[in-house]
Amino acid sequence: MISKLQAAALAAVVTLPLALSGTAQAGATFDGVKQKGYVQCGVNLGLYGFSAPDDKGKWTGLDVDVCRAVAAAMFGDAEKVKYTPLSAQQRLPALQSGEVDLLSRNTTRTLTRDTANGLNFAPTNYYDGQGFMVSAKLGLKSAKQLNGATVCVLPGTTTEQNVADFFRANKMNFKPVVIEKNEELHKAFFAGRCDALTSDASQLAAIRAAETSNPNDFLILPELISKEPLSPAIRQGDEEWTNLVTWAFYAMVQAEEKGITSETVDAAMTSPDPDVKRLLGVTAGNGKALGVEENWAYNIVKQVGNYGQSYERNVGAGSKLKMPRGQNALYTEGGIMYAPPLK
Amino acid sequence: MSKLVQALNSARVRGWLYQALFLSATVALGWYLVSNTLTNLGTRGVATGFGFLEREAGFEIGESLIAYAASDTYLKALVAGLLNTLTVSAAAVVLASILGVAIGVARLSSNWMVGRFAAVFVETVRNVPLLLQLVVWYTIMNRLPSPREAMEVLPHIFLSNRGLKFPVFVEHPGHGWAFLALILGIAAALAVVRYGRRHRETTGKPFPTLPVALAAVSLPPVAVFLVSGAPFAFDVPVLTGFNFEGGASVSPEFTALLIGLSVYTAGFIAEIVRSGILAVPHGQTEAGLALGLSPAHILRLVILPQALRVIVPPLTSQYLNLTKNSSLAVAIGYPDLVSVTNTSANQTGQVVEAVAMMMLVYLVISLLIAGFMNWYNQKLALVTR
Repeated sequence: MISKLQAAALAAVVTLPLALSGTAQAGATFDGVKQKGYVQCGVNLGLYGFSAPDDKGKWTGLDVDVCRAVAAAMFGDAEKVKYTPLSAQQRLPALQSGEVDLLSRNTTRTLTRDTANGLNFAPTNYYDGQGFMVSAKLGLKSAKQLNGATVCVLPGTTTEQNVADFFRANKMNFKPVVIEKNEELHKAFFAGRCDALTSDASQLAAIRAAETSNPNDFLILPELISKEPLSPAIRQGDEEWTNLVTWAFYAMVQAEEKGITSETVDAAMTSPDPDVKRLLGVTAGNGKALGVEENWAYNIVKQVGNYGQSYERNVGAGSKLKMPRGQNALYTEGGIMYAPPLK
Repeated sequence: MSKLVQALNSARVRGWLYQALFLSATVALGWYLVSNTLTNLGTRGVATGFGFLEREAGFEIGESLIAYAASDTYLKALVAGLLNTLTVSAAAVVLASILGVAIGVARLSSNWMVGRFAAVFVETVRNVPLLLQLVVWYTIMNRLPSPREAMEVLPHIFLSNRGLKFPVFVEHPGHGWAFLALILGIAAALAVVRYGRRHRETTGKPFPTLPVALAAVSLPPVAVFLVSGAPFAFDVPVLTGFNFEGGASVSPEFTALLIGLSVYTAGFIAEIVRSGILAVPHGQTEAGLALGLSPAHILRLVILPQALRVIVPPLTSQYLNLTKNSSLAVAIGYPDLVSVTNTSANQTGQVVEAVAMMMLVYLVISLLIAGFMNWYNQKLALVTR
């Protein structure tokens, strides 16, 4: 009974809190989080590399690290996070209604979400793009050869629209097969119901790594048909909270740029570099401006690591996904990850 | 004063008073919930209203009865989804009824094998969750060979994991006229049935209703088809590239959902039919035999009219359940109303409106089915003379 349950749950999730809760106030989220002593973080139901429970039941992933960084900045303890696993459909209502304080769930930043849906976005923590995975047996070289293909799509994302746009722009036809449950969708694709599976390239790599016996039987076509800047989201109307989430992430990027890792951060406290001094709170000011302790960024780097460490551990060379850094490398290394000055 | 007290003590006045109080409390609560939701959505900067229905949908739908493309509006996408829901529900209601009646009667059979088989079928399908059954059917569909190795079950009819592909007549205006003739034929057949019944009731003599009615249905469209000069050319499915081109097809998603819903509901209908037949006292059968009626006549003229009075009310609930269960389509990728609405809700972010519309549509469909079945039930009801 998924759909009916889900519809009911959706209706309940959406209407009840909205119907019963009072009006939001400026700073309410920031103060609320501080008071209750933990961050309620909305994450994926289970997407390997981004947010998934490990074999001990502990949530790990690139998106989870954002939640942990915010908790480290606010409380000096990255463990002060409670996770709410959310489906693609539930995620926006859960954030809008106040069920979660922060949504770090591979969510694409779009104009509609930033405006009409009442959300704000923190900086992008993963630059992704939608691609196609096909069976290597088909001998395809390009997504432009997919005319007439049947394509398996997961609903509840920008994916359905992107694939329609791509085929329209190239004057090609396709038939979508839209299945709500990830496992069923992947089963249908691997059984040959569809010629191609479309999703964000990172997810395709995760699916290929986790669900095939021989990953070389499947090919991810080179074209990326969309821009998917996956970004943490917060509700509109609390600038303090938006600032904290934004700069908690920038601190991770800045730490990587300065070569500070969780292992070297203690030694870096004595660094003569004024940028490092400001980042780690040796020179005071940033913490007061954000409304947290001065050693907020030290705690992030010490407990969560810098952005590069988080990337390698979760989706990069140190993980099963083996995603190259690509656009997600620092701007100094050919990517577009760039933190504004922390001063 | 005493009049007021007297009025308040009257059961009728008090009844009205309580009802009025209850009604106003309900309305007030509903109004509070709606207005508070709107206010809170407003303060959070979330867009509300149904304006999004006019915007371009921008996503494709796998199968649709009406011509739909990504450049059409959300409204048209929702209509396409609704039609898909209605198609699969209507087909499944017919199939489930036929299968259910057959199994229900079979369970009463004096043949041990037939009776046991029907019992095992009923107990199995009734006691396994529908979602699981759908997934099983869909998995079976997906295990069929790929289009390039499709089975040619009959000449030019291909079965593969992309569905069943079959030839159709090349389009011609003659088809429209033949269809019109078919409708007239159905009307004629209904008149024949009516006449046959009156003939039997007034003269007591049987009338060959079935053959005459069949002829009335089938002859006119065939005659019109031949006269209109519609060509006998077929649009034959041919394998090109990824898939078959030409011909018509039934998708695996539709097939899996149709079979799953029909089989599941047939299990319940079979029990309803069985209980309905058992509700007619055995003396009725014996009386029919004593009058010299054949077993077929006894079933049709004596048992069924009485059994249907017991069968129809619970059957209505089964039809309603079937229609609502069709929303499980999202699990196996059939683009029904829920699937299309979910996508629309996600793209626009207007979940409250989308869920409200879905609820309203299912409510209307269910009320229509219930209304029709109640009408039919009243028609069947015992007329006391």
